[in-house]
Amino acid sequence: MTAVPAETPATDDLLRVEGLKVHFPIKRGIFFDRTIGHVKAVDGVDLAVPRGSTYGLVGESGCGKSTLGRAILRLVEPTEGRVLFDGTDVAALKGEPLRHMRQRMQMVFQDPLGSLDPRQNVESLLSEPLRAHGLGGGTAGIAEKVRGLLDAVGLPSAALRRYPHEFSGGQRQRIGIARALTLEPDLLIADEPVSALDVSVQAQVLNLLEELQQRLGLTFLVIAHDLAVVRHISDVVGVMYLGSLVEQAPADDLYEQPLHPYTRSLMSAVPVPDPVVEESRERILLAGDLPSPANPPSGCRFHTRCPWRQETRCDDEVPLLRELAPGRLVSCHWAEEIRDGVLHPKSPDEVAATMGVSVRATGAEAFETDALVQGVDQPIERT
Amino acid sequence: MNSFQGGPAGAPVLEVDDLAVTFTRRGEQSTRAVDGVSFAVAPGETIGLVGESGCGKSVTSLAVMGLLPRRGVEVTGSVRFNGQELLGARDGMLRRLRGADMAMVFQDPLSSLNPTVRIGTQVTEVLLEHREISKKEAVEEAVSLLDRVGIPDPRRRLDEYPHQLSGGMRQRALIAMSLACSPRLLIADEPTTALDVTIQAQILELLRELVVDTGTALVMITHDLGVVAGLCDRVHVMYAGKIIETADRYDLFARPRQPYTGGLLASVPRLDTGRGTPLTPIRGSARDTIPWEQGCAFAPRCDNAQDDCLTEVSGAIVPLEYDGPGRELRCRHPLTYPAAPAGATALGAVR
Repeated sequence: MTAVPAETPATDDLLRVEGLKVHFPIKRGIFFDRTIGHVKAVDGVDLAVPRGSTYGLVGESGCGKSTLGRAILRLVEPTEGRVLFDGTDVAALKGEPLRHMRQRMQMVFQDPLGSLDPRQNVESLLSEPLRAHGLGGGTAGIAEKVRGLLDAVGLPSAALRRYPHEFSGGQRQRIGIARALTLEPDLLIADEPVSALDVSVQAQVLNLLEELQQRLGLTFLVIAHDLAVVRHISDVVGVMYLGSLVEQAPADDLYEQPLHPYTRSLMSAVPVPDPVVEESRERILLAGDLPSPANPPSGCRFHTRCPWRQETRCDDEVPLLRELAPGRLVSCHWAEEIRDGVLHPKSPDEVAATMGVSVRATGAEAFETDALVQGVDQPIERT
Repeated sequence: MNSFQGGPAGAPVLEVDDLAVTFTRRGEQSTRAVDGVSFAVAPGETIGLVGESGCGKSVTSLAVMGLLPRRGVEVTGSVRFNGQELLGARDGMLRRLRGADMAMVFQDPLSSLNPTVRIGTQVTEVLLEHREISKKEAVEEAVSLLDRVGIPDPRRRLDEYPHQLSGGMRQRALIAMSLACSPRLLIADEPTTALDVTIQAQILELLRELVVDTGTALVMITHDLGVVAGLCDRVHVMYAGKIIETADRYDLFARPRQPYTGGLLASVPRLDTGRGTPLTPIRGSARDTIPWEQGCAFAPRCDNAQDDCLTEVSGAIVPLEYDGPGRELRCRHPLTYPAAPAGATALGAVR
C-alpha cells in the first residue's frame, strides 16, 4: 500500500472515477457531418467505490447514469477523465489488456430478454464468456462451472437445455446475473437490474444480489431510477442530475436528511405504500421537466426547477461538490441554510412564474439524439 | 368519502357486476382474463385496481369502455353507467358516451396520441365531436384545458406534434383531452408508469385535484402500491382475473388479509425503512398459477396454503366473502393479526 507507484489509492477503492465526461456530438447535414453541439450526458463526475461495498447511482431518465456505467466499462468512449480500476486507468487501455481488464468488471443489463441471445440455450450462453477468455479448463470443467453458476442463482440444472424465451422475467434476470458472474469479476455494474420485473419478483432478485455479494465479496455499482431499491441495496448513494453528481452520502444519512434540494424533492415524490405516511409527509413538487442536456441551464443546473432558488449565485455560479459533513458531499450554494431551515421552498407555480419560459420541457431534441446515440435509457414499462 | 355500494354520496356512477372476459383463438384453449369482477364507483370517489402483469386489470378497463374487439372475445356480466347497461349497447350510444361522460387515460402517452396530427387538432376533436361549439371556441377551450393541466405556453403547444413534447407533457395533454367534456367517470390505466418519479408526483397531484374539484369518479389501475396508498379511497387487489381482496386503503395497508397482498407489501423495498431490512419475496412468479376451478390461483405460491385451498378437497371455488365492514376477501386461510382494539387502523398494525 505504500511503495508501489501509480497504485496507491488513499483507501482501498476498487473503482475510482475522476472527472469523467462523456459528450455525444449532435450532427446535422447529409454530406457534411457538421457537429452543431454536444449532448453532455456525463459532465465531470468523480466517485470512488471501496472494495466489497455497493454504490448506488440514482437519477431520472436522461440524467446520464447509464452512460456513466457504460463509460466505466468503456462500452462508450469517455471524452475526458480517468477511470481507475484497481489502480489501472481503464480509459487508457487498448486491445488485449482492455479485454483482460473487462474480465474483472461485468455488467447486468436492464432488459433480460433483450440482452440474451434468443438463439442460444442457457448452457451456451453461460459458457460463452469462459470460452471467449480461454478459461474454465476444457469442456468438462466448463460444464461443471456452468452447473455451479445455475445453482448459485437458484435455477434448476434442467434449465441448461432451454432458451431465454422459455423463462419468466425473474428467471431471465437470474440468467443475466449468472452470465455476468461466469468470469468471477470483482466489480459488477447492474443497470436497472429489477425495473423490468414484477413487484413480487423484484425482491427475489434483490435478495439474490445481496446474497451473492456476501458470498463472493463482490463490489457493486447499482444504477436505478427507483430510490427505494437503491436505498435498500446500497452503502453509499450518489444522486445525479443532468450529467453531474449533486449529492453523495451514506444511504441511511441521505434518506434521513437529504441536503440537496433535488434529492429532497426526488424523495418526496416517491410514493410510500402506507396511506398514513403518505398523508403526513412533506411533498415538494417540482416545476416543469428536465432541461435538455444539450443546452443545460447556466450556473447550478437545477436552478430552473429549484424551489429554494435564490436571487444570487444560483443562476450564474456553478456549485462545486463540497463536503458538508464527513462522507456527505453536496453541490448546492445554500445547503447549510436549507438544512437549518433558514430558507423556505417556493411553490412550483412561483418557480415556474419567476423562471418564465426557461422551464420549458426537454422537448424532442434530447429524446431523439439520446435514443440515436446510445440506445434506450428509460425504464421499461410494466403492465 | 367512503361510500360503499352507493352510500351517502349518491348512486354509483359505474357499477360492474360479475364481469367476465374470455379470449378464444381457433386451435387454442380459451383464456379467461377477467373472471367475475364486481365493483362500483361513486361520484368523487377514487378506487384502485391493483395487481401484477397479467392479472386482468387492463382488460377490465377495456371491457368497461367497450374497447375490446368483437372477434374472439366474449364479455359477460353487466356494466352499468348511470344505471344504463353498456354491455351489448349500440356502437352509436357508446360513442356518444366515450370522451364525453366517460374517458380514459392510457399508459403510454406516445402510442395513444396520433403522431401525425397536431396536439391542437387532437384536443379540439373531442370538443367538436361532443359539444355544440364553433372551431374558434374549441381552440380557446383547448388552450384553457392545457393550461389547467399545467402545460406552460399552451397556445404554442397546440401547434406542435406529440413527439415534440416530453413524456410528462404528453401525459398531461392526454389528461387534458380526457377532461375536455368534464366526464363523470375517468379510468386511468397506469397513467404514471412510463414517467419519472418527479413527473409522476405532478400527475398524481393533478388527478387528486381533479377528483376534489369536479367530483369525477376515478378508477385508477396500477401495479404500484405506493400510488394506491396516496390516491385511492378503496382498493381492489386482483390476481389471475379475480378480485381477491377489497378494502379501504387504511385497512388494506395496515392489515392486509390475503397472503398475496401481504406478500406484495412485504416484498417492496420502502423508502422509509432502514437499510438492511430484509425483503420477503413471494415465491415463484405469476406463471405459477392454477385455474380457479382447481383451487385458489395463488395457492402454489402461498405460504399459508393448506389442502382445502384446492377445490378437489373443499368441493367449491374459493368465494369472495364479507370480511368485516367494507372489506371483502377471497381466502380460506387469511393472515391474522393479534386482537387489536376495535376500529384501530394503522397504529395496531403488525408487519
